[in-house]
Amino acid sequence: MEKKDFHVIAETGIHARPATLLVQAASKFTSDVALVYGEKSVNLKSIMGVMSLGVGQNADVTITADGADEVDAIAAITETMTKEGLAE
Amino acid sequence: MSKMLKGIAASDGIAIAKAYMLVQPDLSFSQVSIEDPESEIKRLDTAVAAASEDLKLIKQKAAENLGAEEAEVFEAHLTILSDPELMGNIGDKIKNDKVNAEAALKDVTDMFISMFEGMTDNAYMQERAGDIRDVTKRVMSHLLGVSIPNPALIDQEVVVIAHDLTPSDTAQLNRKFVKGFITDVGGRTSHSAIMSRTLEIPAVVGAGNPTTAITEGDMVIVDGINGDGIINPTAEEISTYEAKAKAFSDQKAEWEELKDAKTVTADGVHFDLAANIGTPKDVAGALDNGAEAVGLFRSEFLYMDASELPSEDDQFEAYKAAVEGMNGKQVVVRTMDIGGDKELPYLPLPEEMNPFLGYRAIRISLDRQDIFRTQLRALLRASHYGQLAIMFPMIATVDEFKAAKAIYVEERTKLIDAGVPVAEKLEVGMMMEIPAAVMNGDHLAKYADFFSIGTNDLIQYSMAADRGNEQVSYLYQPYNPSILRLIKMVIDTAHKEGKWAGMCGEMAGDQIAVPILAGMGLDEFSMSASSILKTRSLMKKLDTTKMKELADKAVTDCETNEEVIALVESYMK
Repeated sequence: MEKKDFHVIAETGIHARPATLLVQAASKFTSDVALVYGEKSVNLKSIMGVMSLGVGQNADVTITADGADEVDAIAAITETMTKEGLAE
Repeated sequence: MSKMLKGIAASDGIAIAKAYMLVQPDLSFSQVSIEDPESEIKRLDTAVAAASEDLKLIKQKAAENLGAEEAEVFEAHLTILSDPELMGNIGDKIKNDKVNAEAALKDVTDMFISMFEGMTDNAYMQERAGDIRDVTKRVMSHLLGVSIPNPALIDQEVVVIAHDLTPSDTAQLNRKFVKGFITDVGGRTSHSAIMSRTLEIPAVVGAGNPTTAITEGDMVIVDGINGDGIINPTAEEISTYEAKAKAFSDQKAEWEELKDAKTVTADGVHFDLAANIGTPKDVAGALDNGAEAVGLFRSEFLYMDASELPSEDDQFEAYKAAVEGMNGKQVVVRTMDIGGDKELPYLPLPEEMNPFLGYRAIRISLDRQDIFRTQLRALLRASHYGQLAIMFPMIATVDEFKAAKAIYVEERTKLIDAGVPVAEKLEVGMMMEIPAAVMNGDHLAKYADFFSIGTNDLIQYSMAADRGNEQVSYLYQPYNPSILRLIKMVIDTAHKEGKWAGMCGEMAGDQIAVPILAGMGLDEFSMSASSILKTRSLMKKLDTTKMKELADKAVTDCETNEEVIALVESYMK
């Protein structure tokens, strides 16, 4: 399993359109991808799941990927996070 | 045999085309226990697959016909439809509770809808609740085997038949194919009516029961001049109306010649005829119809067409496009007029007993200064690129105007200090639509640079009659001497302080009202673009000395709306 920590910098947190982009990025891979925030973990391929977390600015989150293409999945999600100015 | 419907003429013109029923089907169902969850899940999957096919097609059509932005919403719907959490939960529910797919779908989506709606601090999420609701409807319709209308798919000329048209309905309509509207409810000032005039599409509203009287595919004539709808007309009726349509377009061609002319009365007095617009895109139509200015830019459309609060930059671009488009002619932008019958999905307002008397327009702006200041900064920045003016809606008191103006001055000072270019001279005025403000007009005229009379609200508030309520629609009496006296008071108090007075309500382009208003000395008449040339043609025939006499008689001698109409007609003979 691959994992990576992020610090959310976007003013609106992981909401709005960026959430859709993250879900689209995660959905390209066969691995199970999850977004962990505090005690909760949701399927990153689910916009409903991601949005129900309500991740705000300055939150610390972890992305995990488990499966054949886990390394590529984390790389793609990291790219989306940085490109959209979501997290660092 | 043909059948006749009588309604309110909302937008001039004649259209003859097949009916398109924009009617929501019955999606009710009963919850039943099922024996075989696997086959029930299969039913769900089939419905979801069909809904997904619908959406792909709609998205493609919307992108072709309406633009990428309008198509985006359907992409969001597809994402919801393929959401593993949502679909997984519904499948689990069928398995665990042994209920039919309809019940499981409703249960799970209701849960997500209420969860998202509960996020009152997050407009975007609240709006997603609406998306889930739309997607649920679509899947439900496939489960129940009924069809829901997809206006984005219209690809031939039609007349749209609906109970009422909401802004989101109209956003999906393709102007190329939609030739006319007929609706069950509404009046001359309802959203659907105003929209039809902006789009220059003939429309009849408040026509009783067209949604039950008409069937999909029926041939329909819309006579937006007289307010008639004819279902399955005879060949003879069709040729009569084709002739009528030709006469109408001939007259339009005659008015067309007045496009570049100044608006001058028979005795050589000049008046400004301006257009009301909703978005910068409407500037082209305003200029095509010979507008000498924009007397009302309804900025709330920027808010209503967006999925979240429009940013300062987005607004700036829109205002800049409008002033640049008008090329030096004045553009009066009304600050956000939300509330009453205009809602924002992402800015939920409390349910009110009397929304028109409640939290709306400047009342929201003064309370939610974050939203107001963003808008003012966008306006100030745009003022550098043309002739912009700002007006505040729903001002009731001197204090409200002063408070709004003070915020404006603060933002202006901040921008100037930061080196941002803003226009040196920028008029800041107010709408006159609350009788209390009219009565205080002499005081308000000291602070406001101009008044603009909003007749629909002024009439509604003076008569204490909800303008959307058909049972009291007889009280919509624009020529009632009570209303005319209020209007005269606005004009006189403005002139006494050397300020100008305009009108941006429906009345400004009304052929009975125009002679009286000209007689009262109204400076600017702002109306639907499609009324400008007709009004310019009327103005040419007026003599202001006689109209002054007419206006005086109307406010002193006449007792009723009808007497005023008769008086104007006697003068216009």
